[in-house]
Amino acid sequence: MSRQSNRTTDSKKMNSELFTLTYGALVTQLCKDYENDEEVNKQLDKMGYNIGVRLIEDFLARSSIGRCQDFRETADVIAKVAFKMYLGITPSVTNWSPAGDEFSLILESNPLVDFVELPDNHSTLIYSNLLCGVLRGALEMVQMAVDVKFVQDTLRGDNVTEIRMKFIKRIEENVPAGDE
Amino acid sequence: MADEALFEFLHMEIVSHIYKEQQSGKAEMDNKDRAVCVSVLEGMGFRVGQGLIERLTRDSPSFKDELDIMKFICKDFWTKVFRRQVDNLRTNHQGTYVLQDNKFAMLTQLSSGKQYLDQAPKYLAFSCGVVRGALSNLGMESVVTAEVSVMPSCKFQVVIQKL
Repeated sequence: MSRQSNRTTDSKKMNSELFTLTYGALVTQLCKDYENDEEVNKQLDKMGYNIGVRLIEDFLARSSIGRCQDFRETADVIAKVAFKMYLGITPSVTNWSPAGDEFSLILESNPLVDFVELPDNHSTLIYSNLLCGVLRGALEMVQMAVDVKFVQDTLRGDNVTEIRMKFIKRIEENVPAGDE
Repeated sequence: MADEALFEFLHMEIVSHIYKEQQSGKAEMDNKDRAVCVSVLEGMGFRVGQGLIERLTRDSPSFKDELDIMKFICKDFWTKVFRRQVDNLRTNHQGTYVLQDNKFAMLTQLSSGKQYLDQAPKYLAFSCGVVRGALSNLGMESVVTAEVSVMPSCKFQVVIQKL
């Protein structure tokens, strides 16, 4: 990296460090507060969900993306627009199921885990589980019930980080929402 | 590239979570509960501040004196963390500093004026910790508090602890 990085790059990088460090402080606090990794994973998912249901509005406002036609389009938007916008990375979309209702996001790098190492007594901790909740919450607000989970994690020794997303069903709209 | 919005959402959710957890089961929060929440948030901010200042000052030359450090906090550090500079720095030259930010990043989304004034402290605790953590890693132990009279303007008071 060139020494003379310009202000903008620096300040964007610093924001990502602020987020990464804050996330780390959160996980540390949760590990202190809860007895076991399972509970921490659940809390991270719940918090992620709460963030996701709000983040989707922010995303739609910034990106002006229209309604996706199908799950494949959704996958592309998540990987190429959303991840890029908020985390500065573009995961690849692969491993589609034959029915087209399941796919994987492969993250070469995960900004949440910069500077992070899992200690031995937390081997079942899904450190980045917040992301699963965020995706689940965000998609629920656009009428999609999905199941999201980590299947590979560089923090636990895998080569890549892989998030598996499965479409469960379309949520019927009780109240007109979204694109008026 | 990381979006500031993501950090703000995370921060809001962290505050919400900490307060919910502390209240769980009880009908009302008492002052002791609130103090615990503020303390937890401040502690989290402290660790983050320490980390951030390390990254930021890795290649900088050392500071001349206390005032030099405070000016750095008000300009470079504030810009990096809160995306603007402190508007006003006052000191009594005896270890107390008041940093005034008229559009504090953690408050702009809440209100402008008096609405939600009583909620503001929840959203300042973390930031106080960040400042205290940064100063700590620069060799200055301090007590950092914040007060708001009109949103989103905020005054941070830093009192350097002489050992």
